[in-house]
Amino acid sequence: MQAIGNWFQHLYETTGLNFSVFYDAYDWDRYLNGLKMTLFLSVTTIVLSLIIGAAGALMQGSPSRLLRLAVNAFVVVFRNTPPLVQIFFFYFGLGTMLPAVEAAGMRVPLLSNVQWAIISLSLFAAAFNVEIFRSGIEAVPSTTIEAAEALGYTRLKAYTHIVLPLAIRVCLPALNNNLVNLLKTTTLAYAIAVPETLYAVKQIWSESQNVFEMMILLLATYGILVGVLVWLMHRWERAMRIPGYGR
Amino acid sequence: MAASWTPDQPIVQCVDVRKSFGALEVLKGISLSVKKGEVICIIGPSGSGKSTLIRCINALQPISSGSIQIEGIEVTAPKLDKLALRRKVGMVFQQYNLFPHKTALQNVMMAPIHVLRQNRAEVEVRARALLAKVRLAGKEDSYPGELSGGQQQRVAIARSLAMRPDIMLFDEVTAALDPETVKEVLVTIRELAEDGMTCLLVTHEMNFAREVADHVYFTDRGVIVEHGPPETLFTAAKDERTQRFLSQVL
Repeated sequence: MQAIGNWFQHLYETTGLNFSVFYDAYDWDRYLNGLKMTLFLSVTTIVLSLIIGAAGALMQGSPSRLLRLAVNAFVVVFRNTPPLVQIFFFYFGLGTMLPAVEAAGMRVPLLSNVQWAIISLSLFAAAFNVEIFRSGIEAVPSTTIEAAEALGYTRLKAYTHIVLPLAIRVCLPALNNNLVNLLKTTTLAYAIAVPETLYAVKQIWSESQNVFEMMILLLATYGILVGVLVWLMHRWERAMRIPGYGR
Repeated sequence: MAASWTPDQPIVQCVDVRKSFGALEVLKGISLSVKKGEVICIIGPSGSGKSTLIRCINALQPISSGSIQIEGIEVTAPKLDKLALRRKVGMVFQQYNLFPHKTALQNVMMAPIHVLRQNRAEVEVRARALLAKVRLAGKEDSYPGELSGGQQQRVAIARSLAMRPDIMLFDEVTAALDPETVKEVLVTIRELAEDGMTCLLVTHEMNFAREVADHVYFTDRGVIVEHGPPETLFTAAKDERTQRFLSQVL
């Protein structure tokens, strides 16, 4: 580690390229905390958006017209509006309407900016996931569901044991794209001062005057993060491949 | 209703069953009954409503009027206990409809575990025995996509049998198969019938109907034209429509 630090220090002194995070412990901490926040945001919003998306897709197939309408309205609202506006709406719009709570002798908002970012981004991605799951569910032949019904499966049981496992295989490539987008969209949390990577790096460059270098770092960071996500998704796709099915 | 049923009464009792799709009446008052241990074949030209009838018996489709009772359970009852019905009735489809993401063994094991919540180890023992019975020992770990049509159809039969039904419905189960594999599926059904399983088949396999069925119904355009034991129906059909159909297919 020390060698790397020394090398970047040397790079700075000889070329003027200032990657301060690699030799300055204070900047490194800020960067690392930002990275942790990005990972936290990404993992929680991915998981939540998958759960909400699956629930929404299930409700879309419900016999209740009202439920189907509600899901469609949800999809339209969150798909047709910019995610940054959604975050502002939640944080500045809804956030200020909620009552404040007493914590450690201070009055603080009921939900923090991080929590609002998670809610907002999860719903945003979930709207797309609903549509992605729907496409997968519609690809499952109705005769397969009928066979499950004839075996005594209820709608919910058929959904969890047969329809979803098949649907997920169909929609994995599309889901892959949406989750990649979601990971990148977590940078919007910057706008409500969530200390994620972009926010942390911005703080670093405004103090160390190394915008260009930090931009490179930022691009590399997200490039690697998305690379890891895509690698994981592809591994999942391969693991889910059914011998002799669909090819 | 259910309480009054005794095993000497018909397992399936259809009375004046009518079914319309919009303005099109597909079943125009079908009445038939299936007793325990009987093998009943329904034959007839395409579009005569055979498959619709069999799907109505399993409550996969609601009927427009009439009555269908399975062991005394009224299928048309608004508060039908579908699970109770489907535990009694096994169904095999033309397109096999196996679960493609599960192996042959898992396909057979799934419903008893998920629906009946039976013990996994016991279910597995039974599932392996069922696969052996339909001559698929050694194919337990194959996925449906790796099996031939005839093999898939036999897995589907084993899958239905795993629920220990009292009656098996077969909806043109050999119609999608090539001629060589038709035989292996028919052998399986014949063995089932010989074991005393009650079977209701919609089929185009006239020779099979002739050899295995206890009673054959000939349907055309939503009505039962004629029915009787196969030796009578196939050799001495009374109705002109039956005669014409049989002369075309035999």
